[in-house]
Amino acid sequence: MKKWLVSAAIFAFALGAGAASASAEKVKACWIYVGSIGDFGWSYEHNQGRLAVEQELGDKVETVYVENVAEADSERTIERLARDGCAIIFTTSFGYMEPTLKVAKKFPDVKFEHATGYKTADNVTTYNAKFHEGRYVIGQIAAKMSKTGVAGYIVSFPIPEVVAGINAFMLGAQSINPDFKVKIVWVNSWYDPGKEADAAKVLFSQGADIIVQHTDSTAPLQVAEEQGKLGFGQASDMIKFAPKAQLTAIVDHWAPYYIRRVNDVINGTWKSQSSWDGMAEGTVNVAPFTNMPDDVAKMAGETAEAIKTGKLHPFTGPITKQDGTVIGEAGKPLSDGDILGMNWYVKGIDDKLPQ
Amino acid sequence: MRILLEKRSEASTLMAISSPFIALGLTVILGGLIFALRGFNPLEALYVYFIEPLTTVWSIEQLIVKATPLVLIGAGLSVCYLANVWNIGAEGQLTVGAIAGSAIPILFPAWQSPLTLMAMMLCGVLGGMAYGAIPGYLKNRFNANEILTSLMLVYVAQLFLDWLVRGPWRDPQGFNFPKSITFEGWQLLPTISGAIHLGCLFALIAVIVLAFVMGKTLKGFEIRVAGNAPRAGRFSGFSRTRMVMFCFLLSGGLAGLAGITEIASTVGQLQPQISPGYGFAAIIVAFLGRLNPIGVLFAGLLLALSYIGGEAVQISLGISDKIARVFQGILLFSILACDTLILYRIRFLPRHAAAAQPAE
Repeated sequence: MKKWLVSAAIFAFALGAGAASASAEKVKACWIYVGSIGDFGWSYEHNQGRLAVEQELGDKVETVYVENVAEADSERTIERLARDGCAIIFTTSFGYMEPTLKVAKKFPDVKFEHATGYKTADNVTTYNAKFHEGRYVIGQIAAKMSKTGVAGYIVSFPIPEVVAGINAFMLGAQSINPDFKVKIVWVNSWYDPGKEADAAKVLFSQGADIIVQHTDSTAPLQVAEEQGKLGFGQASDMIKFAPKAQLTAIVDHWAPYYIRRVNDVINGTWKSQSSWDGMAEGTVNVAPFTNMPDDVAKMAGETAEAIKTGKLHPFTGPITKQDGTVIGEAGKPLSDGDILGMNWYVKGIDDKLPQ
Repeated sequence: MRILLEKRSEASTLMAISSPFIALGLTVILGGLIFALRGFNPLEALYVYFIEPLTTVWSIEQLIVKATPLVLIGAGLSVCYLANVWNIGAEGQLTVGAIAGSAIPILFPAWQSPLTLMAMMLCGVLGGMAYGAIPGYLKNRFNANEILTSLMLVYVAQLFLDWLVRGPWRDPQGFNFPKSITFEGWQLLPTISGAIHLGCLFALIAVIVLAFVMGKTLKGFEIRVAGNAPRAGRFSGFSRTRMVMFCFLLSGGLAGLAGITEIASTVGQLQPQISPGYGFAAIIVAFLGRLNPIGVLFAGLLLALSYIGGEAVQISLGISDKIARVFQGILLFSILACDTLILYRIRFLPRHAAAAQPAE
């Protein structure tokens, strides 16, 4: 047994050494995912971005990923990647913020990129996307397509990014139908198909006929498909799972950002920053408009184009909050800080924000 | 033909001791087979999984840190299970321990002295004990099945934690994200060397104390009697209800200590998810360690290796993270199979003979 182990060790070591010398000139880019790459939502799209980096940069890069990394136990995994020679590490969930910063302190030469957080350092960048821009478009579609005038909204955590999404959706809907209503269910998870499906069923039985989700599984759309209702895909085009129910989807497209940042590492031009791209940069996209009349599709397309070109900003003042106070100057968009720290609902939302 | 499991008249002590090693060997062989079937070089994969994590100081430290909560909880559970008390809810006791201990830095953020840390640890232990006492009390008072009650209380604890970090204990500067303030200074366990922190020492002390109690004291004898011969225990005046409560307080307290130790070292703040299921993995540790505190120490390290190795093969070879779970599953299955075959022998009976077999 012992002899066998020793020979195995030597053999494997030789293999490992061979592999290492062959890849010495490549830049190693590494990703950590909170879910499985097969979730067809959040982690799936980040992995698509990784694959795009591989394809675009070919021989210049070697990529590695780790999936299903629990946020509470992520520091070791991040450090392990840093020790394994990763030149740039993308940590793709909010909960990785503190562990990323801790490891970054120990490895000043490694570049870290943390998705959706707010703390940066010399070698830690944050990147996020203006998902609310897409939410405004689908809000308009929902108001046009809903017969009952009520949408069900399944949400994960009451963090600013999610709250801004709800508000943008509502503002979009109100621009079409001022009496539009949104019912909200918090499932307290990014990915829990069982809970998400239950929430969808409850919302439909309460009179909603369109489902919106800020959670990552395809379950709510599948429920909509079964019940002959409508809905929107999240993070990824989910049309395959709901060919008759999906109106459109907000599709995250991380590839351009990832390619740019890995290229910066290769060229030695990487700098710490906070990136917050939206529809204009192609990070946030809308999937093809399906299951709707041509005039609705045309309107949605025009809204998307207006947001892309900067003519329309979802959060243009004045906006009335749920408590009746007014924020923003007439005709001017809210500041980035107001949106990034959003912890209030717009008027008309039938829910109390968990505080 | 019928297959019969027949109790052996005498179980071999040698085999009983070597059973975990046979199980480990089987796991390695089956694991290698799985790697080969998935198209990887089995020797390379096994090397990365089981040997490479032991080749650098850093990863050995990580291994010890990872094993700490497993050993702390597993040691307590092994005593429980020896006494036939089935505490399945260590994960919940861990959670309440973490909450109770974290109350100190969250409610008194400015208090910085060695006493802070001691108070945190003490609150962690007491929290775990108090939460363990609930299924213990329900068992004694209403004869409620402790497997069910302790397990269900896990979810209650996790939801309570969830509510706390989203509501009253949320970091006011945290942009609504469900996290408490981050702990600093004396709110964290000091490190001994590298990543190894004081909590690792707690685990070692717990193992030594429990090994002494089980081997050399009347209490240890009482626990074993309670498990092997409950009737004899009653006749000799050992109280069953007190034994149940003792086991829950002990294992709950150790799980609570594991919880606050994790918070005050690896995690560094209270958040909705604080443990990747240590309380459940510790059940495997307890059995793999032969329900013996010293055995638990090694079993904890082995299970920690299965986590870290699983991560290593994912990073180095791109093998799915599920492989670690599969390995843990094979390991538990093999050890249960070995144990069964040590105590029982398989007999193949022809059909007519089976019919003549007297019912037991």
